[in-house]
Amino acid sequence: MIRVQQEDFDIGAEVDALRAGRTDIGAIVTFTGTVRDTAGGEPISEMTLEHYPGMTEKELERIEREANARWPLQGTLIVHRYGPLQPGDNIVLVVTASAHRQAAFEAAEFLMDFLKTNAPFWKKEAGPDGGVWVDARDSDDDALKRWQSPKKAAE
Amino acid sequence: MGVKLLYFAWVREKTGLGEETVDLPEHVRTVADLMTWLKARGPEYEAAFEKSDVIRAAVDQTHVAHNASITEAREIAFFPPVTGG
Repeated sequence: MIRVQQEDFDIGAEVDALRAGRTDIGAIVTFTGTVRDTAGGEPISEMTLEHYPGMTEKELERIEREANARWPLQGTLIVHRYGPLQPGDNIVLVVTASAHRQAAFEAAEFLMDFLKTNAPFWKKEAGPDGGVWVDARDSDDDALKRWQSPKKAAE
Repeated sequence: MGVKLLYFAWVREKTGLGEETVDLPEHVRTVADLMTWLKARGPEYEAAFEKSDVIRAAVDQTHVAHNASITEAREIAFFPPVTGG
């Protein structure tokens, strides 16, 4: 399941809802992305997340389908916030559930790597010098490459 | 028939608008053609699409390359590389 929302999320409540009535799950992994109070040594007073309503949901659903095609997962959840956020606030939650831990760990990393490079969100940080759009990081593209098939990665 | 154009993040700030509907001339057939055409529409567009090689595009809410066809497109979006998560 995916959700795009302005309001905060409760990690415990989300995990409880995902596993409610299930006894076949053996491993649950959660990842939470939060707003840092500095960027490149400069203090951040606020971060605003813009997104592309419609495409965001489509991309997150596509990424979730891809994870389910690659790993034997019993449940997945992606929650991503948008709008103005303060340092310390939650930004994104990924939950994966599987019979064993390896699939849950790997799928959680995969979901985050694909989300970071494909989901249409943009961060703008507000600091002492005004607002600055965050630049995309090459390391995020590199993180994505490890999920390509060995043949493709070698090309 | 008009096609809907959307702009996000600094592309939106530079064009000064989030979306608009335009009628495209027949010679504008790809994403790259469209960026060239937009650049000639005024200084705001020229500034927004100055670094057109870094701008990403989506046609009908799917990521596409700059050589993608837009002749069947209903909605085309332009934005910087994404930075969510």
